[in-house]
Amino acid sequence: MDVLLDNLDLYVGAFLGTIELFLIAAVGSLVGGVVLAAMRVSPVPVLRTFGAGYINIVRNTPLTLIFFFFAFAYPRLEIVDLSFFARACVALVVYTSAFNCEVIRSGINTVPVGQAEASRALGFGFTQTLTSVVLPQAIRSVVPPLTNIQIALLKNTTIAAGFSVFEAGGIYQNLNERGYDVLTGLLWVALFFLVLVVPLTLLQRRLEKRWSVAR
Amino acid sequence: MTAVLYDVPGPRARLRNRTFGGLGTLVLLAVVGFVVYRLAVTGQFDGAKWEFLEYKAIQLLLVDALLNTLRAFAVAAVLALLFGAVFAAGRLSDHTWISRPATVVVEFFRAVPLLVLIFILYFGASKSLGIQISTFWAVVLGLMLYNGSVLAEVFRAGVNALPRGQSEAAYGLGMRKTQVMTNVLLPQALRAMLPTIVSQLVVVLKDTALGYLITYPELLFQARFLGGQGQLGSPILQVAIVIAVIYIAMCLLLSALANFLERRSRRSRKSGPTDPNGMRDEQNLVLTAQAAGGGGAVN
Repeated sequence: MDVLLDNLDLYVGAFLGTIELFLIAAVGSLVGGVVLAAMRVSPVPVLRTFGAGYINIVRNTPLTLIFFFFAFAYPRLEIVDLSFFARACVALVVYTSAFNCEVIRSGINTVPVGQAEASRALGFGFTQTLTSVVLPQAIRSVVPPLTNIQIALLKNTTIAAGFSVFEAGGIYQNLNERGYDVLTGLLWVALFFLVLVVPLTLLQRRLEKRWSVAR
Repeated sequence: MTAVLYDVPGPRARLRNRTFGGLGTLVLLAVVGFVVYRLAVTGQFDGAKWEFLEYKAIQLLLVDALLNTLRAFAVAAVLALLFGAVFAAGRLSDHTWISRPATVVVEFFRAVPLLVLIFILYFGASKSLGIQISTFWAVVLGLMLYNGSVLAEVFRAGVNALPRGQSEAAYGLGMRKTQVMTNVLLPQALRAMLPTIVSQLVVVLKDTALGYLITYPELLFQARFLGGQGQLGSPILQVAIVIAVIYIAMCLLLSALANFLERRSRRSRKSGPTDPNGMRDEQNLVLTAQAAGGGGAVN
């Protein structure tokens, strides 16, 4: 308990960093996921191929490697000088977008073909079919797994701590310097992650029950 | 399915699609071109920066690092499968004094970031408890706890996804719970779950990269080391590219195996899946785990 109370400033600052990183990356990767999913179902072959290629590559790359690239290799390109925080956001967005895309796409695929066929029979075009018929149904089956991905993202933010120390995963280094017990300190970190993750999990289960489409 | 979203394109739609296709290609080419341009301008294509690949010692170093990665992966994969099997059995048990603790353990390790687990095992245990855990075992045990918990959920979902009639019929024949499980449910569930299990192994492989953060000498760690060598021209970007190719190739091979298994199981009549909802849950589970993975898996 002492470890926590004596270093409250450290914990609060670090977890605010975690939450900030999480929120920015979540919004960014949702947008990225939607764009990629739209590419993957679009009638334009070039975009479909690009979407599929991006997902295959990113899904098979360790996130640590993506962080590694943005932490060490990106500055060598001398494009725009970004802070490490910004680069961590970009790394998380690049990685998580691919997973969001897959979930959204598989959500679109759960809508029975008959729905799209019926709307086409009514004369709807691609955009109309997607926005007024398919997506409203797809969203219901997409939200629970999407919440799962966000939970994963929240946990993934800790990797940023391996490269710099502004968030929860980096607490141990500070504690070590201040001469506190590292094990206790890390167990508190684990506990706080439980506190952050469990409400999200409960929310996800509730949504899943309420929104599951009876087919 | 996607083909249903739009009509077979007529002349106007074809023109529009081609316009979008052209625009999209241009934008993508512009992005790629810009990156290549920056690479060229900052001298990343210089022969001197790539020379490190020609030294025998460095090649051996990379092979050694690759072996370290694979060793951690192999041990962690086996342990995670065992852990998963034990805790899935625990969660499926009818005795609450077994299933409750098993549930708590599984849920706990799924919720805590993998990196935090590894830090606890490595820094926490050595500094506070005086137990020296090597970097190798810290990585392997961390991976085992996280991926084992996910696999436990996968096993459980697979068994639960089987039609109720299977276990009812087996009980009806007078089998005991253990017999029902080992003779009837598991053989069917395992076959249906095989692709999912292999996909989870991809996560294990990707997450070995976390070992870099606690200085386990795997691929990424050696990449950092080589990238910092001044006399090689600090080729960190080049090393990162080489490492990325190795990782992606290994993971793609495993993913291809998973896809192959899935296609095969879809073809064969014997393992007809079952409750589609159950299977979907299981796939979501793995997709999520993969998202988590890579980076930290548990995380």
